[in-house]
Amino acid sequence: MIREIESQIADIDKEIAGLGEESGAAQLRRAQLVRDRAELLEACRDLPAGDKVYVARHTGRPGTADFIAALITDFFECKGDRLCREDPSILGGVGFFHGLPVTVIGHRKGKDLKENMACNFGMPSPEGYRKAQRLMRQAEKFRRPILTFVDTPGAYPGLEAEAHGQGEAIASSLALMSALTVPVVCVVIGEGGSGGALALAVANKVLMLENAVYSVLSPEGFASILWKDSSRAHEAAEVMKLTAQDLLALGVVDQVIPEPLGGAHQDPQAVFQAVDRALLDNLQPLLKLRDPAAHRYQKFREMGLRYTTEARKDRT
Amino acid sequence: MNHLFLQRRARLDQLQRQRGLREKAGVKRPEASVFEQCPACGAAVAKRDLARALYVCPQCGHHHKIGAYLRLSMLLDPHTFQELDEHLVSTDPLQFPGYEEKLEGLRHKTGLTEGVVTARGKVNGRSVVAAVLDSSFIMGSMGIAVGEKVTRAVEYARRQKLPLIIFSASGGARMQEGILSLMQMAKTSAALERFHRSGGLYIACFTNPTTGGVTASFASLGDYTLAEPGALIGFAGPRVIEQTIGQKLPEGFQSAEYLEEHGFIDQIVPRAKLRETITQLLRLHEKGGKLHDS
Repeated sequence: MIREIESQIADIDKEIAGLGEESGAAQLRRAQLVRDRAELLEACRDLPAGDKVYVARHTGRPGTADFIAALITDFFECKGDRLCREDPSILGGVGFFHGLPVTVIGHRKGKDLKENMACNFGMPSPEGYRKAQRLMRQAEKFRRPILTFVDTPGAYPGLEAEAHGQGEAIASSLALMSALTVPVVCVVIGEGGSGGALALAVANKVLMLENAVYSVLSPEGFASILWKDSSRAHEAAEVMKLTAQDLLALGVVDQVIPEPLGGAHQDPQAVFQAVDRALLDNLQPLLKLRDPAAHRYQKFREMGLRYTTEARKDRT
Repeated sequence: MNHLFLQRRARLDQLQRQRGLREKAGVKRPEASVFEQCPACGAAVAKRDLARALYVCPQCGHHHKIGAYLRLSMLLDPHTFQELDEHLVSTDPLQFPGYEEKLEGLRHKTGLTEGVVTARGKVNGRSVVAAVLDSSFIMGSMGIAVGEKVTRAVEYARRQKLPLIIFSASGGARMQEGILSLMQMAKTSAALERFHRSGGLYIACFTNPTTGGVTASFASLGDYTLAEPGALIGFAGPRVIEQTIGQKLPEGFQSAEYLEEHGFIDQIVPRAKLRETITQLLRLHEKGGKLHDS
């Protein structure tokens, strides 16, 4: 559904751009087109899960680099894991957030095909996670809070990634993050794909954009494992409970940040403002916490706990 | 009575005749009751011999998959096994179609309540906490119950100041419990990090197969990491990698031997030596070590 709306909006935008000098007829036409456009966007309220997956992956959607440019001043990018490699699919560094020095780490997908390739479409290798760990330790040393942006299809499932210990890299990231003595706030801005996303998301507060998705596996992978048919991804998205609203209800995220109608790419400035506000609101109380690690432990300790029972098994 | 006897006799005769006919036609008699075929080398091994060899193929050394209770009986001293959180189960958080029935069916079939068994017991007289994943229960996948039981075992070991041993065998996170399965990776890793910081000893042992979210969480966080020979260990499954890179994987890729070569495993230990090796590690961590004069 969203795809048709998107292409209709694109047609309208093209026509508006092509309207000549402001003659009476052009003005009338323009007003009509603007009304049509608003109507089309109105239909994007409460998108079904499958459409949210599409919006979350939209190439025009603002990524980590855009959020850093908009929200962080004096950003200094830190590259490399100090072991063997720089993995550009994770972007990290230091900068000011409203005057406070912070460490920022996020997945980077890249803006065009060339960047996409360089960033491996946002799928990190173990080296990327080890760079993130290095920056987290550094943040702890200098008592800086950490902001993370999650936007990845998942950790890269490649030959070299396996040989270099993808599992170990994610596991040790989870362990390290869980015990960080500085506050951590995470925003899921696009795709939160599996362990590769979680490795940056063990935070005191996990926020999520309205149309972002966060799941145990991609809907395609899910459909292919459970139903042996990856083309049923749209259907999988519905049963997986991967939308921000679902995850809020399950207790996995703390706050849903609203997006403009049609998705973040329709009005990135509005999204930057909303995320800025949400980060500020969430970070402030965390700075007063005496033991951010204990707070974080408690949060993740309770994940899913309300969905367990000690019921005796009744075997026959 | 006599009539019944005759009936039975007639059926037996009939069966024997059929069997004779089949043998003449070259049809093999089913040997399922006595022999088991090795999935690696195809050899038919007498079940008794296989059991005596701790379910390691005497022909090729392939380590067969074994259940959690059997594994614990091999590890722990007789009569020391005390199960922890035996009745803890999850309650279908996503209301996933068909999931409740699947769990119920598996409970009857396997005798397990969930994909992991956690216990307290002794290894050669030394008290330990052990957790063993069982691949016969939805591939030993980690849902909320598995994550919670493992976390409780870690916390119990921390409180009781006992060494922790975890045998992993898992396909990863449990799909049917969605994102909450993923969260168990963070939960178990966080519990282990606390355990480590309080000085606890954790011996991790990979068994065949361990992939996905379990590899990417507690299974990879041991002070000492062991693996059984030939075990498949990885983050992404071999099929997913082949699809991604569009080529066949090299022989032995993601095997325990491959991981040892790449620096992720301390030692590969055959099943028959595991108890001995674990005892050695436990001894090396006993308090009160002194430097002798002579």
